[in-house]
Amino acid sequence: MGVDIAFWVLAVVGVAAALTVVLLRNVFRTALALILCLVTVAGIYITLSADFLAGVQILVYVGGISILVILAIMLTREVQRGSLSNKFRIPAFLVAVIFLGVMIYTMVSNPWQISAAPPLEPTTSALAGMLLGEGGFILAVEVAAALLLAAILGAIVLVREK
Amino acid sequence: MTVGLEHYLILSAVLFSIGLYGALAKRNAIVIMMCIEIMLNAVNIAMVALSRYITPALLTGQVFAIFIMVAAAAEAAVGLAIIISIYRNRETIETTDIDLMKG
Repeated sequence: MGVDIAFWVLAVVGVAAALTVVLLRNVFRTALALILCLVTVAGIYITLSADFLAGVQILVYVGGISILVILAIMLTREVQRGSLSNKFRIPAFLVAVIFLGVMIYTMVSNPWQISAAPPLEPTTSALAGMLLGEGGFILAVEVAAALLLAAILGAIVLVREK
Repeated sequence: MTVGLEHYLILSAVLFSIGLYGALAKRNAIVIMMCIEIMLNAVNIAMVALSRYITPALLTGQVFAIFIMVAAAAEAAVGLAIIISIYRNRETIETTDIDLMKG
């Protein structure tokens, strides 16, 4: 019961924050609404008993990516001009609504085979086994490390003073 | 009414649609990147919910969500670096004004 209430509160706040991101004109306030949306997603992970992912969400998104976004806003002086829409506003709205309708129809009509087993808790050691253990995703972990290194080097090269 | 898999999937679809509208309709490149982050988070919610309700003992969906977070972090770093680089050269990040390759 408590989890249900938590889900509804987090869902309403998260959707409201996401709507604020696309509707507000002020870019800085948009970034703050994005941070609120990311925090509610971390709460949604907790209601799904994904404790490790909730921690990673707070560390990576709320701690890292939102700081990067705010830094970029500060460095580009776009706060005065605001976040305007382009000429595709109404077609984009129609595309989003049609997509939403198709997705909801598919998700509700599909007969999901819900498992009755209780979720694993805590998930951290099980995730470590999946990522690093035998028959796990160790190759993908190595590739992800190389991808992160390449991305950071690329970002440094792109913003370096000539 | 107890919350089930469909509720999480519909929440994920709503967030994804909001992000899709913003990414298509906004002119500011930083706001477009924020909307892409919302879309990635929506996909993560769907993946974790499916992992929780369909295969609770396997955690495969959570592993995929971790890899999506890695890709999102790399994308944010490189994307914002590109935006700052464009701003240095052209003094704007409005996507309608960046039309160097327009025929």
